[in-house]
Amino acid sequence: MTYLLKPKVAHPSLRRNSLGFTRRDYEGTLSTLCAGCGHDSITAAITEACWSLEMEPQNLVKLSGIGCSSKTTAYFVSGGHGFNSVHGRMPSIATGANAANRNLSYIGVSGDGDTLSIGMGQFCHAIRRNINMLYIIENNGVYGLTKGQFSASADMGSTAKKGEANAQVPIDPVLTALSLGAGFVARSFSGDKAQLVPLIQAGLKHRGFALIDVLSPCVTFNDHEGSTKSYAFSREHYQEVVHTDFVPKMPEITTSYEAGEALSVQMHDGSQVRLRKLEKDYNPTDRSAAYADIQRRLKEREFLTGLLYVEPSPADFHDLNETPASALNAVPYEKLSPGSEGLQKILDRYR
Amino acid sequence: MNPTDTKHPDYYHRVVDCQWACPAHTDVPEYIRLIAQGRFTDAYMVNRESNVFPGILGRVCDRPCEPACRRGRVEEEPVAICRLKRVAADLRDDVDARLPLIPEVRNGKRIACIGAGTASLTVANDLMPLGYEVTIFEAFNKAGGLMRTNIPAFRLPAQVLDEEIAMIVGMGVDLRLGSRVESMRKLLNSKEFDAVFVGSGAPRGKELKLPGRQEAAANVHIGIAWLESVAFDHVDRIGERVLIIGVGNTAMDCCRTSLRLGAKDVKVMARKPRGFFKASDWELKDAEEEHVQIVINHSPKAFVVENGKLVGMTFERMEYGLDGGRITAERSLGETFIPCDDVILAIGQENAFPWIERDLGIEFDKWEVPSVDPVTFQSTREGVFFGGDAAFGPKNIIWAVEHGHQAAISIHKYCQGESVQERLPNGMKLSSRKMGMHEWSYHNDYNPAERRLMPHVDLKERFRKLNIEVELGFTPEQAVAEVQRCLNCDIQTVFEAKLCIECDACLDICPVDCLTITPNGEEADLRTRLKAPTLNTAQPLFVSEALKQTGRVMVKDEDLCVHCGLCAERCPTAAWDMQKGTVELRHAVDQQPAAQLPRRATGSGGQ
Ligand SMILES: Cc1cc2nc3c(=O)[nH]c(=O)nc-3n(C[C@H](O)[C@H](O)[C@H](O)COP(=O)(O)OP(=O)(O)OC[C@H]3O[C@@H](n4cnc5c(N)ncnc54)[C@H](O)[C@@H]3O)c2cc1C
Ligand SMILES: Cc1ncc(C[n+]2csc(CCOP(=O)(O)OP(=O)(O)O)c2C)c(N)n1
Ligand code: SF4
Ligand code: SF4
Ligand code: SF4
Ligand SMILES: [Mg+2]
Repeated sequence: MTYLLKPKVAHPSLRRNSLGFTRRDYEGTLSTLCAGCGHDSITAAITEACWSLEMEPQNLVKLSGIGCSSKTTAYFVSGGHGFNSVHGRMPSIATGANAANRNLSYIGVSGDGDTLSIGMGQFCHAIRRNINMLYIIENNGVYGLTKGQFSASADMGSTAKKGEANAQVPIDPVLTALSLGAGFVARSFSGDKAQLVPLIQAGLKHRGFALIDVLSPCVTFNDHEGSTKSYAFSREHYQEVVHTDFVPKMPEITTSYEAGEALSVQMHDGSQVRLRKLEKDYNPTDRSAAYADIQRRLKEREFLTGLLYVEPSPADFHDLNETPASALNAVPYEKLSPGSEGLQKILDRYR
Repeated sequence: MNPTDTKHPDYYHRVVDCQWACPAHTDVPEYIRLIAQGRFTDAYMVNRESNVFPGILGRVCDRPCEPACRRGRVEEEPVAICRLKRVAADLRDDVDARLPLIPEVRNGKRIACIGAGTASLTVANDLMPLGYEVTIFEAFNKAGGLMRTNIPAFRLPAQVLDEEIAMIVGMGVDLRLGSRVESMRKLLNSKEFDAVFVGSGAPRGKELKLPGRQEAAANVHIGIAWLESVAFDHVDRIGERVLIIGVGNTAMDCCRTSLRLGAKDVKVMARKPRGFFKASDWELKDAEEEHVQIVINHSPKAFVVENGKLVGMTFERMEYGLDGGRITAERSLGETFIPCDDVILAIGQENAFPWIERDLGIEFDKWEVPSVDPVTFQSTREGVFFGGDAAFGPKNIIWAVEHGHQAAISIHKYCQGESVQERLPNGMKLSSRKMGMHEWSYHNDYNPAERRLMPHVDLKERFRKLNIEVELGFTPEQAVAEVQRCLNCDIQTVFEAKLCIECDACLDICPVDCLTITPNGEEADLRTRLKAPTLNTAQPLFVSEALKQTGRVMVKDEDLCVHCGLCAERCPTAAWDMQKGTVELRHAVDQQPAAQLPRRATGSGGQ
C-alpha cells in the first residue's frame, strides 16, 4: 500500500487527446494492491487504452465482483460509473445495465476465482447471451484477496507458496469461451503492454462479448519457483501467435496493408483490428482449429497469446432481445411506464 | 549502451542540478531540508563549507543554480535557492564555536595574498586551519574588495560583510590594510613568503572613446570607480538627468545608486534589444521597479558639450534583424539627441597589473590577462597563483570563492612539496533513506506551491538613505512554503538490476514517465524508445545491467525525475531504493591527513 498519492505533476510533453485529456486524466484513485501486482499493470494498460480511444469518461461503466482484481475498477477512469457486485455476480449487473442503456461502454474486471469458481455459471451465460462488454480476467491462479488458495485456473502440479502441489484439472477460460461461442477471445500477459493495450482497445470496440484472459502474477502468493503463474514462468511460457494492432476509425482510410501480410477485421464503429500472424499455421478465424491448437499447446505448458479468435458482428444481446435504441432514462416517462390501465391490459393477456 | 557507472562521483552529482551548477558545489537540497527543520545554524554551516559567505551570497549571488534548478523544468519557476540561503544566514545563531580550529603552533609556511577580496579571503579561510601564516595586503582601508567598494549597501549591508569577513580574519590572518603592493619583484625578492596568491581583481573600468569625452570629463564617470567613490563617501550627489551606458550588472547598480543621490530621470541606454542584456533578470526587474527607464537599440555616438559643460549625448537608433535569438543584420535609423547632466559608463571591466613586472616569469597574453592553469590556478611561475577576477577576467563572487578553494589546495600541495596536478577527486557517499514500507526519512511528497515573492521596502522609504536594504528577506511563512518546493534531487534513485522482476510497477507509477524497460541499444536509438520523449539531452540516461528475466535494460531519463520515491515504494523487490547522495568535496583540508597540531578556537565575530 502506498501512502503518498501519485502527485499531479507530469511530464511536460504528455499529450492530450481530442477531448483535451491527458493519460493522467484517465487514472483513478491510488492502488492499494501489493507493490508489483500484475493487476496494477493491467490497470495502467486500461488507462492508456481509454485515453487513446478518446473515451468520454462518463460513457464508461466499470463493473466487478470481489477479489484483488475486482478492486481495480477504482484505480482507473475515476470519471466513469462503477459497480462492485457480490462475488461472482458481475455478469448479472452487466446484463441489467446493458438492458437499461446500450449506449455506454462496459468493461468488467474479474479474477480467476471470481469468474471460474463462484461466478462460473454467470460467466458462461454472459457469453451465451453475448452481452456487449469487454470482460477482463486478471488471472493469477490463486484467490489473492483471501491469501493465496489455489483457484480453478491453477495448473496441475503448480505449487503453492508452502510447497503443496495442485492436483485438480484447471478450467481454461479461453477454451471455455471458445466452446460457448464467444466472438472475441484473447489472452495476454500483464507484463506486455505492447500486446495488451491494442487488445483492450479492440475488445472495447467489439460488438458483443469480448474476453481477454490476462496472466497477471500475484507477487505475494504466487510468484515463487514452482508456480506456473509467476513472472518468470509466464515470460518463459507465453507465446504470442497473433499480434493485434488497433486502427481507430478515420475520416478516410489512408494506409492499407499489403494483402496477405495482415488480416483486417472491421469493428462496428468503423475502426479496424489488424492481425499479424506470428505463427503462420495458426488461424484466428477458425474456431475449432484455434481450439485445438490452444489446447494442444496448453498441454505442453505453453500459453498462446494474442487475439486468438475473432468473429465480426455476431448478433449481440441487443439484437437478440430487441432492446430499445435509447437508454431507458431517456425514454419519456409516459412511454416507459404503461400506467395502471396499461398494466392491467398486460396482465389480462396472461389470464 | 554500457551499464551506467553510478560509482563515478559525478553521475549522481549531475542529477542535483543546483549543486552541479554552483561553481562551489553548495549542497543546496541538504541546507534547504535543514531550514525546513528549523536548523538554521546547521544550514548556514553546510553553506559555509562550500561557499564561505552565505550571508553575502544569500543576497547578491549571481545564482547560476536557479536557472539550472529541476523545479524550473517541471514548473515555471525554480526554487528560490538564493533567498533561502539568506533565511539561514539571517536566522542562525552564533557560529564561533563551529568555525574550524586553528593550530596553536603554525606549520612554518607563510603565504602572501594580494587584495582582500573574495578570492584571497577564501584562500585564507582554507589555509589558516592547516597552520599556515597568511598575510593579506589590501590597498584600501577596508577589506572585502568589490563586495565592499562596488556592490551598493542597499543590496548588501555592511554589517553582513563585516561579520563574514571577521570570521576569517579572526582565525589570525595578518591583514594589512592600506598596503598596496607596488612591485611584485620586491615582494618575491623579500623571500618572506613561501607562496603568493594574486587576488587583486579586475580593477579597470572600460573607457568609451567618443567625440567630446575629454571636454565632458567632469560629468562622465566610469561606473566601477564612481561606485567605489560613493562607497567611500567621496561622492554624494549626481545631476538630475543621468544616462547609464551599458546594460550589465554594473549598470544596474549605477542607475539605482544615482536615484539615491538625487537623480530624478535615469535612463539605461542599451545598444541591443532585450534578450541581449548582460544584466540578470532580477536586477533588471528591481531597477524597473524603481522607474529606471531602459532604452533599447541606441548606440552611443558622441558626448555633446555646450559652454564647457555636458548637455547630452547623441545616439544612433538601431534596427536589428533577428533569427532565433541571433542578430543577423543591423541598420541605422538615424541619429537622436538625449539631454542629460551626467553620464556613467558601465561597459565592462578589465584586468590590469601595472605592479607585476614582466620579467619575473609570470606570463600575460596580449589583453593583459595572466596565463593561469584552469585547474591548479598556478601562473607560469611556480609558487605564484591567481584567482578570482584576477585569473580569467571579471566573473562573480561564487566563482571567486571556488577559485580560492582550488588555489588553496595548490598552495598547500606546493608548500608540502607535492605535485599541484595530483588532486584528490571528489567522492560520492550514498546512504538509504528507507525507514519502513512507505516511510522515508525525507519529505517525498510533491508540494505544488508556487515560488514566493521577495518583499521589498516601500518605494518611497527606500530612497531616504543610501544604505537601506531593499529586500526584506522571506517571512517565516514564506520560507516554510518555499522549502517545500525543493524536490530533494540529492535523494537518488539507486537501482539494483539483479533484484528486478520486470513487473512494470515502477514504470506505471512514475508521475513523470521517466522509466522505461526496453531492449538495449545505442544512446540515440534508446532515446527514441523512452516512455516519454527526451527534452533535455544534457541530463544523463541511466542504463542498467541486463535484467534477469528478459535481458532487457531499465532506462531512466534523469531529466524530470521529481524524486518522489514512488518507484521505490511500488517496487516489490526493493530493486529501486532512495539513497541520499552526498558529494564529498575535497578542499585543502581534505587533501591529506593534516599534521596533528594542538588547536584552539578562533575568536571572530560570529554574530
Ligand atoms: C558594480 C558591480 C556589481 C557586482 N555585483 C555582483 C553581484 O551582485 N554578485 C556577484 O556575485 N558578483 C558581483 N560583482 C562581481 C564581484 O564583485 C567580483 O567578481 C568579485 O568581487 C571578485 O572578487 P576578487 O576577490 O577576485 O576581487 P575583488 O573583489 O575585485 O578584490 C580585489 C581587491 O584587491 C585589491 N587590490 C588590487 N590591487 C592591489 C594591489 N596591488 N595591492 C593590494 N591590494 C590590491 C583591491 O583593492 C580589492 O580590494 C559585481 C561587480 C561589480 C563591479
Ligand atoms: C460469497 C463469497 N464467498 C467467498 C468470498 C471470499 N473471497 C473473497 S475474494 C475471493 C477470491 C478472489 O479470487 P480472484 O477472483 O481470483 O481474485 P484475486 O484476488 O486473485 O485477484 C474469495 C473466495 C466472498 N467475498 N464472498
Ligand atoms: S529542486 Fe531542490 S535539489 Fe533540485 S535543483 Fe532545485 S533546489 Fe536543487
Ligand atoms: S522518484 Fe521514481 S517514481 Fe518518482 S519521479 Fe523519480 S523515477 Fe519517477
Ligand atoms: S517495480 Fe521493481 S521489480 Fe518491478 S519493474 Fe520496477 S524495479 Fe523491477
Ligand atoms: Mg486470482
